Amino acid sequence: MDLNILWFILVTVLFTGFFFLEGFDYGVGILLPFVGRNDLERRMVINSIGPFWDSNEVWMLTAGGAMFAAFPHWYATLFSGFYLALFLILVALILRGVAFEFRSKDEKPAWRNLWDWLLFVGSLLPALLWGVAITNLIRGVPIDARMQFAGTFFDLLSPYTLLGGLAFLLVFTLQGGLFLALKSEGELKERSRQAALRAGAGAALALLLLVIMSYGVTDIFSRFLPGILLGSAFITLLLSLAGLYTRRYGPGFLMNGLTVILVTAGFFSGLFPRVMVSSLNPEWSITIYRAASSPYTLKVMTVVALTLVPIVLAYQGWTYWVFRQRVKARDLEY
Amino acid sequence: MDALLLARWQFGITSVYHFLFVPLTLGLSILVAIMETIYVRTGDETYKNMARFWGRLFLINFAMGVVTGIVQEFHFGMNWSEYSRFVGDIFGAPLAVEALAAFFLESTFLGLWIFGWEKLSPALHAACIWLVAFASNLSAFWILVANSFMQEPVGFTLRNGRAEMTDFFALLTNPHVLYQFPHTVLAGFVTAAFFVMGISAYHLLRQSQLEPFRRSFRLALIMGLIGSLLVAGIGHLQGQHLVATQPMKMAAAEALWDSADPAPLALVALVDQENQQNNLEIKIPALTSFLAYNSFRGEVKGLKELQAAAAEQYGPGNYIPPVAPVFWSFRLMIAAGLWLILLSLYSLYLWRKGLLESRPLVLKALLWSIPIPYLANTAGWFVAEVGRYPWIVYGLQRLEAAVSPGVSATAILTTLVAFTLLYGLLAVVDVYLLAKYARQGVVEQPPAGKMHPSGEVSLWI
Repeated sequence: MDLNILWFILVTVLFTGFFFLEGFDYGVGILLPFVGRNDLERRMVINSIGPFWDSNEVWMLTAGGAMFAAFPHWYATLFSGFYLALFLILVALILRGVAFEFRSKDEKPAWRNLWDWLLFVGSLLPALLWGVAITNLIRGVPIDARMQFAGTFFDLLSPYTLLGGLAFLLVFTLQGGLFLALKSEGELKERSRQAALRAGAGAALALLLLVIMSYGVTDIFSRFLPGILLGSAFITLLLSLAGLYTRRYGPGFLMNGLTVILVTAGFFSGLFPRVMVSSLNPEWSITIYRAASSPYTLKVMTVVALTLVPIVLAYQGWTYWVFRQRVKARDLEY
Repeated sequence: MDALLLARWQFGITSVYHFLFVPLTLGLSILVAIMETIYVRTGDETYKNMARFWGRLFLINFAMGVVTGIVQEFHFGMNWSEYSRFVGDIFGAPLAVEALAAFFLESTFLGLWIFGWEKLSPALHAACIWLVAFASNLSAFWILVANSFMQEPVGFTLRNGRAEMTDFFALLTNPHVLYQFPHTVLAGFVTAAFFVMGISAYHLLRQSQLEPFRRSFRLALIMGLIGSLLVAGIGHLQGQHLVATQPMKMAAAEALWDSADPAPLALVALVDQENQQNNLEIKIPALTSFLAYNSFRGEVKGLKELQAAAAEQYGPGNYIPPVAPVFWSFRLMIAAGLWLILLSLYSLYLWRKGLLESRPLVLKALLWSIPIPYLANTAGWFVAEVGRYPWIVYGLQRLEAAVSPGVSATAILTTLVAFTLLYGLLAVVDVYLLAKYARQGVVEQPPAGKMHPSGEVSLWI
């Protein structure tokens, strides 16, 4: 296996980690206005992800950084080509990030309400737009012979990619609902379950449609693995819903987490060895060889990544252990 | 307006704005860590309350630093895609390492620190904020490694139409970063020190909560005094290094049009860029030579000669950066630095004599000096970045070759306006919150309730 393949896998792993971890905290943000009926409940909802959301977001930054370091042309084409979509994600993440810190720093209900809604929008938009972005990678966008994006923002919006966005959004919302059901008690838990059931039904439908549509719109099923992965994703989603229905939130959460992993792995493996498909000419698709850094850089970065990633996983895992308890009304920070 | 100009404005505005929050993070995390460590070692609750008070201000500031930092990472791909293609091999690596080695550490242990007061042992909790402080400063190192490559490219070769890395270690030991890193980080310590001194002075002035703010003031004074002296000393060395490696930048900083031996230093000058001359100059003879070489003799090359040399080496074109902004920023930075040194020396003198609290004028000066380090930081970056014009990577790639070819001016203008408005609004909110909590002062923390182990969440039930 050459280093280009290894780095494709590493970038996939980083995006998977990002969607797996930040997926549930986006979901919690999306559910905030629906499950939190009063200020105390909303604080509890926000505090359930309080210790985690920031380090979850770093998974996205690391995925972006790794893409830049290992596949600079991928980074350059993707980020300049999906310009307005990424701009919207940035605005959403700015508002979301400060909302966490600012919302409880003032007593006025209007102030808190404003930041709560910004937290909602700031969670919903990235969840949706990342789904649109990932499905655009495999559907193909106008990329010319010089690896330049030759389209507009509206080229990114098609029924297929919008469905992709919706599917990501609903799967993340389900994940958020499951997480909240795990972390809360009483009425809040019950309301989270209800919300998760509704989002989950939508997620199952959207994912099924997405898999079916992928047959028609993309070429990812020309190989064996992506089909297996996406098919399994649908099954784990159903298992997750079964867990939710029978109030076994832990297994439900893990099963839906597996869905996120399988969907991401399915799409990225369908993409391989390309990183972006050109809709103009298959020859112009960007591949892990055309997009890559020099072998030397890949080697240096491999040493760095293989040293640091296990350490990061260890201390992040420890964080989840430290904050394993349910959220209590008496020790809220946000 | 063309896309290049708009992209430059956007990068300038978002970077300057981002760097309003970073320096305070670098220094304040350390001050909070010191306070909490004293609490752990002595059991003195005042220090715990101090750590929580300054920690709250730290978090309000930190949130802004984080969210504006995300924009910076995406920028290179969005507006500067050709730059990203040309140097991605080299530039992407430190950014990725920054995320892997520093951001993860910073965000994870900050989460533990914020939510872990009752869940971790005091020593472990203090260790968390030390890790945050370490990670913040480590992240500054990696980003400055990346920036230093733009100022002084090392460890690369030109191949396949791009700059390829040949020596990672050379990037880490880039002579430029060896000056820039301590200069920038210490400037952050000074920023935090004057932030703490200023707010403490406010409370000393009002005679409120004297004990915690006396202690805060003392800690910050030490950091501010040592920091500001070191910043100036390293800045001097950095200037000498730049005279050798980026002579155009330093000639612009001195508005020196003609080479001279010895070269005078213009205290003030009306720069006439078009006619390549200065009007109404007030000069001190030989001082620029002295600053450059520690000797009153020695030739310092002027802008005209450097322009001619650059045109010969790189082909025809304008290689002179906008002189007046660089010249004045340089002076602003140095004046601000001198003011901070004098103010901290005088404060130390008054403190030792026990007179500080009876000098309302000095206390007010300290309060009103909170923005001065921010001015100095911004001016310093202005010299560094505008002085690099017309290069995005010094001597390797020019700005116009770096901009994204597929992104329209309209798209950049839209996002530029939106970012500026959003940042402006957030600045108001942030200052409102900082002022509100700074004024409120150190509040005694009620003892938090203990957790019941029965509330544990199991993933398997």
